[in-house]
Amino acid sequence: MNRIETDVIIIGGGATGAGTARDLSMRGVRCVLIEKNDIASGTTGRNHGLLHSGARYAVKDHESAHECMRENKTLRKIAWHCIEDTGGLFVTLPEDDPGYHRLLLEGCRYAGIPAKEISIRKALQLEPNLNPGILSAMTVPDGTIDPFRLTASNMLDAKERGAIILTHTRVSAILKEGSKVSGVSCITKNGDAIEVMAPVIINAAGVWGQEVCAMAEIKLPMFPSKGSMLIIDYRINGVVVNRCRPPADGDIIVPGDTVSLIGTTSKEIPYDKIDDYTIDDDEIDILLSDGEKLIPNVKNTRALRAYCGVRPLVAVSGEAEGRNISRGIVLIDHKNRDGLDGFITISGGKLMTYRLMAEKTADLACKKLGVKKKCKTHKVPLPGSESRFSSGRTVKRFSGIPDSVVGSTFYRHGQRLRNIMTGEKKNYRLICECEMVTEGEIEYAIKKLDVKDLVDLRRRTRIGMGPCQGELCAYRGAGLFHEYGAATPEGSVELLHDFLEERWKGIRPVLWGDGLRESEFTYWIYQGLFGLSHVNNKKKKKG
Amino acid sequence: MIKLENISFDHCIKCTVCTIYCPVAQATHLFPGPKQSGPDAERLRIKNPELVDASLKYCTNCKRCEIACPSDVKIAEIIQNAKWKYVKVHWFRPRDFFMSRTDLVGGLATIFSGLTNFIINLKVMKVLMHLFLNIPYSRKFPAYQRGTFTGLYKKKFMQSQKVYEKRAVFYHGCFVNYNNHSLGEDLIKVMNALGYGVDLVDEKCCGVPLIANGYIEKAKKNAQYNIDSLGKTGDAVIVSTSSSCSFALMHEYPSFLELDNSSYIDRLDYITKFIYDEFTAGNIPQMKAVGIRAAYHSPCHLERMGGVIYTLGVLKMVPGLDLVVLNSECCGIAGTYGFKKENYEISQGVGQNLFRLIEKAEPEFVVTDCETCTMQIEMNTKYKVLHPVTLIAMALEEKNKGKK
Repeated sequence: MNRIETDVIIIGGGATGAGTARDLSMRGVRCVLIEKNDIASGTTGRNHGLLHSGARYAVKDHESAHECMRENKTLRKIAWHCIEDTGGLFVTLPEDDPGYHRLLLEGCRYAGIPAKEISIRKALQLEPNLNPGILSAMTVPDGTIDPFRLTASNMLDAKERGAIILTHTRVSAILKEGSKVSGVSCITKNGDAIEVMAPVIINAAGVWGQEVCAMAEIKLPMFPSKGSMLIIDYRINGVVVNRCRPPADGDIIVPGDTVSLIGTTSKEIPYDKIDDYTIDDDEIDILLSDGEKLIPNVKNTRALRAYCGVRPLVAVSGEAEGRNISRGIVLIDHKNRDGLDGFITISGGKLMTYRLMAEKTADLACKKLGVKKKCKTHKVPLPGSESRFSSGRTVKRFSGIPDSVVGSTFYRHGQRLRNIMTGEKKNYRLICECEMVTEGEIEYAIKKLDVKDLVDLRRRTRIGMGPCQGELCAYRGAGLFHEYGAATPEGSVELLHDFLEERWKGIRPVLWGDGLRESEFTYWIYQGLFGLSHVNNKKKKKG
Repeated sequence: MIKLENISFDHCIKCTVCTIYCPVAQATHLFPGPKQSGPDAERLRIKNPELVDASLKYCTNCKRCEIACPSDVKIAEIIQNAKWKYVKVHWFRPRDFFMSRTDLVGGLATIFSGLTNFIINLKVMKVLMHLFLNIPYSRKFPAYQRGTFTGLYKKKFMQSQKVYEKRAVFYHGCFVNYNNHSLGEDLIKVMNALGYGVDLVDEKCCGVPLIANGYIEKAKKNAQYNIDSLGKTGDAVIVSTSSSCSFALMHEYPSFLELDNSSYIDRLDYITKFIYDEFTAGNIPQMKAVGIRAAYHSPCHLERMGGVIYTLGVLKMVPGLDLVVLNSECCGIAGTYGFKKENYEISQGVGQNLFRLIEKAEPEFVVTDCETCTMQIEMNTKYKVLHPVTLIAMALEEKNKGKK
């Protein structure tokens, strides 16, 4: 059995977990991060990737709104390569209450969010694809943020500062010595057992935190609320478009990288369904019909996939609806609550406030360890964002490689582009043609970014996230896993199979029109040409 | 953010058939193919206009990708649009300027045609053009004729056309006007034999070379001029002997240039479609056996229009014609594309397959509908190239001689 001695154990590899690992490593505290799946595979990676201005909360929850705005400014400084400054609009539709507009403006002013009323003509100039029938419009400093990149670069920074990251490793027990925690035992993907010993354990498992607490014999009831989103084939809008009304289903369209997302629904689900990720037809109907009201083009465009995330809201009191519960940060020192020393739970909050949550958690952990160093995460930029470059200038330096490839890689990795782009031939070989992922980028991800399978690779590079959903890149990607020594030949076929299954899950709820034709073609390639279902049958026999 | 209108790229299912059929992608690795340059890259260009690839310039706009596409994606149109919308081009491009103004250059050249043809074929001149205008040294130029076809028509044909009751307007295009009067004469002969009198109207260059060189506004002006001019011709039929001109008049105007050409669209046909309809309706003039073995090459734009079948239908009705239908290949010249130094090698590379097929067929003549295909084939093979109309005129000529 492997045994690791460290200062802090972090359970959960979402944005908060990764942020905490980075924060602690920057203060010189040794830490081990344990994630049962892949980084950002839970709620972190299952939202609409909005860089909130906070305006959405400005009417009801001033504190959240203010927090959002402050973190918004910070993230623009430390993580510019994960962020696109698209700007945001709040527009009132004819059927909405026109009074809410004024209410929102006031709320924004109170929370310190620079919202500005603009004319409808100006709004249509800013976003020409907008419904021309809107009644009023205002701009807010919204943007987009890529949760995968954000988490990955937090993780990369922590690793470069000495933290240990264990992905695809599941915590099986929390070890205690009297009223103090002493470590955890966990099991890797291959079934190897590892014991990690530390005086402080941070539970950053989000909605799965209830299970982690249960292992420590603590009751912490979660309030799972599901939010579903729809991905549109390409950017139908360049600016984040919010609907100016009290928070409800289908009130935002976010342009994220090459696609647009329509979000979100809110649905209460029982705790045992949090790993199901099923999307109901009525949710898709709502998203499509409400999305169309904001941007009419939605009805002519292919829906790529639908997905959902589960909000990690802690049910502190007995409130009735998921949307009304505060999304504020919940930091629990279980020494005070349950008498278990060294155990900390961080939950609630939003992707936007991950850094603040990490800071608060790290502060508490450091207090327990007696470390006196201050947090610096709001000052030091993340790897990739070290110094600011304009895309145009960077792209020009790599003459020979197509601008679209360099530009896309730069967009994804910021300054770390230097580690990827060289004159070598592999940078000319495109693996994913929809999202311009080269062999060089995949090699970098496999070797440097803790990629274990194709699904992980997708989170680091966007492979298979374009309109063909892995049709042409999945088998090439699987082959590269073998080439770079990350899988056996048989293993890479299994990776391919699992990846296609994962893609299929998201495609199935939106299976009509061009998406259906695409799936038929994909099926024809993988089943008709490659006979991939044999792998599945073999697996079943083994199982 | 731009207003999104042409969103046919959304239908692409990434089958990559277009790239298989792309003649440029086969000839050079510098062009990643229509799928990647068109529907794939369009998503990126919508995200960020800076993500535009310089390789777009290698597209010849042959439109074979659009023929191949099972999802009806307007691939070539997307590429053409992107080429001129996103790539910044220098305003001072003397070569492209003169090359795209076929009517301006043609009008000047025909005044002193003998001198022009002499100078343009001087070795010194060719070296100078190679060095300063980036026009490849080994490229042969079409010879200019003395005077214009419109002038010839006024002198020689205008009177004789008045006896016919049925009227046809002939959109002659620049090539007939400045370089190949005899094709125009052949057309008048054939139309007369079918019982039509031929009229000419004021016209400007159809705009194909302008579009290919990025002068979209000028192309729109020309197109509007032609639309106005052709729209005023009552209910006369309109024919053209150039496959690319007819393609522009019929399809590029409404879709790429976004102009309304409904005033004449129902009356306009590429010439072989018109002849085919007349032939099948029973209006077949007497023809005698021509006794020729010819190889037929189908031009890309005619294929895109779905017009090849009519040309073949007409040719099959020419008696005594031993016709070899060549496998459909692009000749590589693509209008002004093959006249540019940076494209010359690709252009020649694309055509290699076709030239080989022609040599193998061992014909006496090559037949094709397109004027620039004619230049390319005549430069690269030893055969003379005829227009289908010329072939029919030859068959008619035999008859006249017989009578005498």
